[in-house]
Amino acid sequence: MDTVVFKQNHVQPLEKITYERPSSLCDVHTHYCPGCTHGTAHRLVAEVLDELDIREDTILVSSVGCSVFSYNYFDVDACEAAHGRAPAMATGVKRVNPGKIVFTYQGDGDLASIGTAEIIHAAARGEKITVIFVNNAIYGMTGGQMAPTSLLGQKTTSSPFGRDAQLAGMPIHMAELLAQLPGTVYSVRRSLHDARHVLQAKKAIRTAFEAQIDNLGFSVVELLSSCPTNWGMTPNEALTWVEEALVPFYPLGDYKVDERLQGRKGAPK
Amino acid sequence: MATGRIVIDAERCKGCELCRPACPQSVIQLAESLNTKGYRPAMLVDPLHSCTGCALCAVVCPDGCITVYRDLPQKQTSLPKYEMKETLAHVEAVA
Amino acid sequence: MSKQLLKGNVAFAEAAIRAGCEAYFGYPITPQTELLEHMSRRMIELNRVFLQAESEVAAINMVYGAAASGVRVMTSSSSPGISLMQEGFSYIAGSQVPAVIIDVMRGGPGLGNIQPSQSDYNQVTKTAGHGDFHPIVLAPANVQEAIDLTVLAFDLADKYLTLVFVVADGAIGQMMEPAELPPMRELPFERPSWALTGAFNRERNLVNSLYMGVEGLEELNFKLQAKLAQIQREEVRYETQFVEDAEVVLVAFGTAARVAQTAVQRLRRQGLKVGLFRPITLWPFPEDALAEVSERSKALLVVEMNAGQMLHDVRLVAGIHTPVKFLGRMGGRIPLPEEVEHETVALLEQLAVAV
Ligand SMILES: Cc1ncc(C[n+]2csc(CCOP(=O)(O)OP(=O)(O)O)c2C)c(N)n1
Ligand code: SF4
Ligand code: SF4
Ligand code: SF4
Ligand SMILES: [Mg+2]
Repeated sequence: MDTVVFKQNHVQPLEKITYERPSSLCDVHTHYCPGCTHGTAHRLVAEVLDELDIREDTILVSSVGCSVFSYNYFDVDACEAAHGRAPAMATGVKRVNPGKIVFTYQGDGDLASIGTAEIIHAAARGEKITVIFVNNAIYGMTGGQMAPTSLLGQKTTSSPFGRDAQLAGMPIHMAELLAQLPGTVYSVRRSLHDARHVLQAKKAIRTAFEAQIDNLGFSVVELLSSCPTNWGMTPNEALTWVEEALVPFYPLGDYKVDERLQGRKGAPK
Repeated sequence: MATGRIVIDAERCKGCELCRPACPQSVIQLAESLNTKGYRPAMLVDPLHSCTGCALCAVVCPDGCITVYRDLPQKQTSLPKYEMKETLAHVEAVA
Repeated sequence: MSKQLLKGNVAFAEAAIRAGCEAYFGYPITPQTELLEHMSRRMIELNRVFLQAESEVAAINMVYGAAASGVRVMTSSSSPGISLMQEGFSYIAGSQVPAVIIDVMRGGPGLGNIQPSQSDYNQVTKTAGHGDFHPIVLAPANVQEAIDLTVLAFDLADKYLTLVFVVADGAIGQMMEPAELPPMRELPFERPSWALTGAFNRERNLVNSLYMGVEGLEELNFKLQAKLAQIQREEVRYETQFVEDAEVVLVAFGTAARVAQTAVQRLRRQGLKVGLFRPITLWPFPEDALAEVSERSKALLVVEMNAGQMLHDVRLVAGIHTPVKFLGRMGGRIPLPEEVEHETVALLEQLAVAV
């Protein structure tokens, strides 16, 4: 949907818009900290809703974490679930709206800690929902406490000496774990640390929504994301940390791609 | 090489600077002045018109502040050549 | 329609279906499991939504999602499961969406046992979750009433956009009685305007209990309080027997009220002036009606299958003027009519001496 710009007296357009804010985002300013890639993840989801032309059919189940206000940012019907329960609430929404597109947007504390039962069983049932899982290895909203995804040695406000495996166990790899469940048709991990990876993440988000449009089953995209504020870094330093610390520990890749999705954009060659 | 330009919504911008290193042409800088939210917004500083309209800045912008335009190839009849040269000479003189 | 022999739990389920329940989410727990089992067959037959959730926490959050989508939805459980659902109750109350909960109570605390009990009175009327709210709580005393109150529960939930509980003890859930089911209602063709259905050709809808600002949340609470006040004015339900000239009035609900009723009838045959006051809505509690009865009588005797939970509400109403005695059995014991008669007679004798 390129827009072309005409100047008076010129019949030929001078330029065209090659990138523009997606219309599925509301025209508001977000509360996210400068450089927080929650915003990037929002934009990508909105771009996919635009491209697939499903905004008017989509229902968001927002979760508890920094993205708690995501219902103010997407121009779609939305509800706000209790901490960790978004997959259960989305199940209720989807079961009585089987023709609609239902997605949750959850952080790592929400999805990988308090909400493990709900996410595992939604995946196991093959619930026809899409999960956008933003893994920033920390509890952003409550001020930077350790998350189940925090790296070993990572200092947080509740692991001041660094995460210790004896005390707190090892970080959880959710994309791999969810890929094990029979109801999952799409489980991949992407990163938001630079333009190339952002574009790859967008393709994956698109495939995840297509899996739902085709009624195939449960789809999840884990996005390695930054929290400059609680990591105590500048936004660009934070992206470097995603690349140099998170990506090696949480390998990017496709952990499950149902064969019916092969050949789509974002699916492996 | 294609050419283009970007327009940054200065009020929406949080001055996070993610767009700056993302730009292969290094034509983005932060303004000295603040927007009403108290951030130094990013702006395009492109005297040589080297922005290619590649949109990489927009792809990394977490706040969706950037609109990217790409110039369309023009027929001969567009701007007279000498005008363009004069402008470039002027820019070089200033720089 | 004619009467048929129905088990309480099945009656709850079938009544809900006929009232237009389009979605059910639940988790097995004795003594309500037959309800879930009935739903698992009938809802699928009728092409409606049935889902056995992974836990009560998940079940109530699924209910929340379906309620936010504007369909008639319910869950059922028993005391330990109800404790687990409190998170969802509070969110549902804060979001003002309608939902029906059936609680077939059992003995507590902890895992307690699976015997009949009225152990959740406090939990459902007063402490159903964090924040200022009360669900409407309906308490049937027989299978027919279980049916009628379940239908009413859906209507009240829709009318007030609120949570409605129907609470019974395990005895009512398990007993077989002749009862008449209502005709099957047509399902509505349209969803309410606030429901989540996709923002097609309209502004987007939001179902939410989060209000970061002080004003917004206080305003919501004022609205909730106004709604609760209206419910208190308009939805009080109770039944009385022989209270006009009664010296001692027994106050009881559910199965305890059936026992009390037997005792009252027997004592009346002996010419003793006793009556029965049976709250049908536990919240709103029938304060005014009970106050009137208590002013006319010399004493009240509260009979419950717990350590005295409704007792506090009765005492608040009776004030200092009318003595309030209590007879309670716990651990799943149902008081015997003889016990109640004995206690009532003792009370009448005390009153006679006092005069
Ligand atoms: C039942 C409950 N427990 C705790 C909280 C407090 N709480 C709010 S957000 C949050 C952590 C969110 O972390 P995450 O899901 O990683 O999201 P992020 O902020 O990092 O994006 C917690 C513990 C809550 N709201 N509800
Ligand atoms: S605290 Fe972290 S995750 Fe939350 S908005 Fe700020 S940077 Fe983003
Ligand atoms: S469009 Fe490309 S060249 Fe132009 S400012 Fe953005 S990143 Fe730089
Ligand atoms: S990335 Fe966006 S918000 Fe950040 S400085 Fe650039 S334009 Fe501003
Ligand atoms: Mg997090």
